[in-house]
Amino acid sequence: MSESRDPSGPRRFSRGTVVLVAALAGLAAVAVTALLVNIFERKQEARNPFFRVVELTDETEDPAVWGKNFPLQYDGYLRTVDQRRTRYGGSEALPQAPSEADPRSVVAQERIEEDPRLKRMWAGYAFSVDFRKKRGHAYMLQDQTYTRRQVVAAQPGACMNCHASTYVAYKKLGDGDITKGFEKVNQMPYADAKKLVKHPVSCIDCHDSRNLRLRVTKPAFIEGIKAFKASQGIKDYDVNKQATPQEMRAYVCGQCHVEYYFKGAERRLVYPWAKGLKIEDITAYYDEAGFRDWTHKDTGAPALKAQHPEFEVWNQGIHARSGVTCSDCHMPQMKYKKATVSDHWVRSPLLNVKNACLSCHQRHDAKITEQELKNRVEEIQDRHWKLRQNAMAALVGLIDDLKAAKAAGKSNDDLKAALYLQRRAQFYLDFIEAENSTGFHAPQEAARILGESINFARQGQIAVRDPSFKPTVAVVDIPPPPTLPPLSSPAAK
Amino acid sequence: MRLGRGVAITSLVFLGVALGLGIYTFAYAKGWSYMTNDPKACANCHVMNDQYDGWLKASHRSVATCNDCHTPHNFVGKYYTKAKNGFWHSFYFTTQSFHEPIQATAGSRRITEEACRRCHGDVVQAMGTPSHAGSDEISCIRCHGSVGHLELSATSTGPSARLSR
Repeated sequence: MSESRDPSGPRRFSRGTVVLVAALAGLAAVAVTALLVNIFERKQEARNPFFRVVELTDETEDPAVWGKNFPLQYDGYLRTVDQRRTRYGGSEALPQAPSEADPRSVVAQERIEEDPRLKRMWAGYAFSVDFRKKRGHAYMLQDQTYTRRQVVAAQPGACMNCHASTYVAYKKLGDGDITKGFEKVNQMPYADAKKLVKHPVSCIDCHDSRNLRLRVTKPAFIEGIKAFKASQGIKDYDVNKQATPQEMRAYVCGQCHVEYYFKGAERRLVYPWAKGLKIEDITAYYDEAGFRDWTHKDTGAPALKAQHPEFEVWNQGIHARSGVTCSDCHMPQMKYKKATVSDHWVRSPLLNVKNACLSCHQRHDAKITEQELKNRVEEIQDRHWKLRQNAMAALVGLIDDLKAAKAAGKSNDDLKAALYLQRRAQFYLDFIEAENSTGFHAPQEAARILGESINFARQGQIAVRDPSFKPTVAVVDIPPPPTLPPLSSPAAK
Repeated sequence: MRLGRGVAITSLVFLGVALGLGIYTFAYAKGWSYMTNDPKACANCHVMNDQYDGWLKASHRSVATCNDCHTPHNFVGKYYTKAKNGFWHSFYFTTQSFHEPIQATAGSRRITEEACRRCHGDVVQAMGTPSHAGSDEISCIRCHGSVGHLELSATSTGPSARLSR
């Protein structure tokens, strides 16, 4: 008999070996089970559970309803009430005694008191009576409703395009056609238009309720970008069909953060991009249209007011060139427990450097720190601010000279070149002054524009003194402003 | 001897349980998929979802899979890289101890750089760029980082670059 058949023969393995194998197998089973559970947990995370608590439709305007399905995004959205400041931007919450005309108990600092030269620049225009520091999206509707600009000038419904959630209102008023609704709201008095809206910018202004994809819903941008693309040789551009997902991350913001004017008797909100997005293109557009926002009270210059051209200026900068959009820095990805969401607390990246800046900059430079990036931004802004102060001084110098020349009996005709140069100098300065990044969105371009502004202002001062002086830009005749019909309330239609 | 047989059977059961659990875990984790070229396998773990989504939308989708750009173009190199990255990726993902957003290591970037130059050799040659891939001098992916997969949080050559001209 062979040993192996003999149960009583010597064993192949010692008892100790067998026990050891059992113990090791047991440990392996424990480890593999732990791994299995870990994989299970990771797989659960991947499901990224989304609980459809309510049904959203193309008419769901109230952000609180959207917030039931998307609590993390809604929570961020609500936080835009926070008033924080950076070195140059943002604002602090200042108390105010509420009154009938202005029930706000908290407001932002008055900028025209901080730098009274702004009043000189805007003399005769509504902004010279009230222009405050910036507050978050949450305040856009109330700040627009209660500004003293409403008291001194009749504001049209066109303002509503960017101070409220308008998609549903436009759609209803236009019987399903947002452009028709937009046209009707534009020419209403502000108070009538205000009755049609309830919320500041809301989910539905940027998202399609069916699939949450980004969507442009403000007709002024649809028309503006179409005109701009046409200037680039792209015909019939349809932003909602042709823009890439990454482009949309800038375009939804560009629906409002842009330069604009109200065109003609219809007060149609128009983005002046038919010649391009640069300041020269926009100035040429206004010159050709013979448009002026107002006539300067101290000098009679056909003045233009620039408004928050963040989209245009960003387009000239390194971040745009690198494909980094508004949302990448102002709504960066954030972690909440295991979920990654786009931070809907739209705010200055300087208040959120880690997520907003570091997440990209660290890819190319692992050693870079939050403080270093913040310093870099603030250095740009400090330099920018010095140049802005110089441009403001130059403009006020020109306004003083023009005022003195007029007092000495010179006519608008005598001062034609200098008045045109004032229009130009102050539009260039305002374009950068109103732009909400203190130069950061495109530092070199911002500096160039301020340099041009100083140049125009100083040339204007020469032109006041020397009628034979030839400015470096052609002097354009701006016709007297047309008399517009009054705003038409919906009842009158 | 009865006791000895009992111990032997118990240890066999333990071995069987460990083996069974191992096989089940392997199948549950789609272990076999890692032997394939299918980009879906790389997004088995959700940490790669953004890259996978980005690849679906990017220009290289029709000409290259993950492995074409992220593993060397020879049998040994490819499976060595797969094994090495597979192990470390699993390790860091399982222990949840990795940098976010995820970053490519110098070695991984070198492999990708070589892959760019392999397919686009004609162009690169004509530009007279240094052929020593991965050096600090000039690198394809430094500027063209988004051709393989558009990244949601940032792209180095995004489509909006067109706007700024």
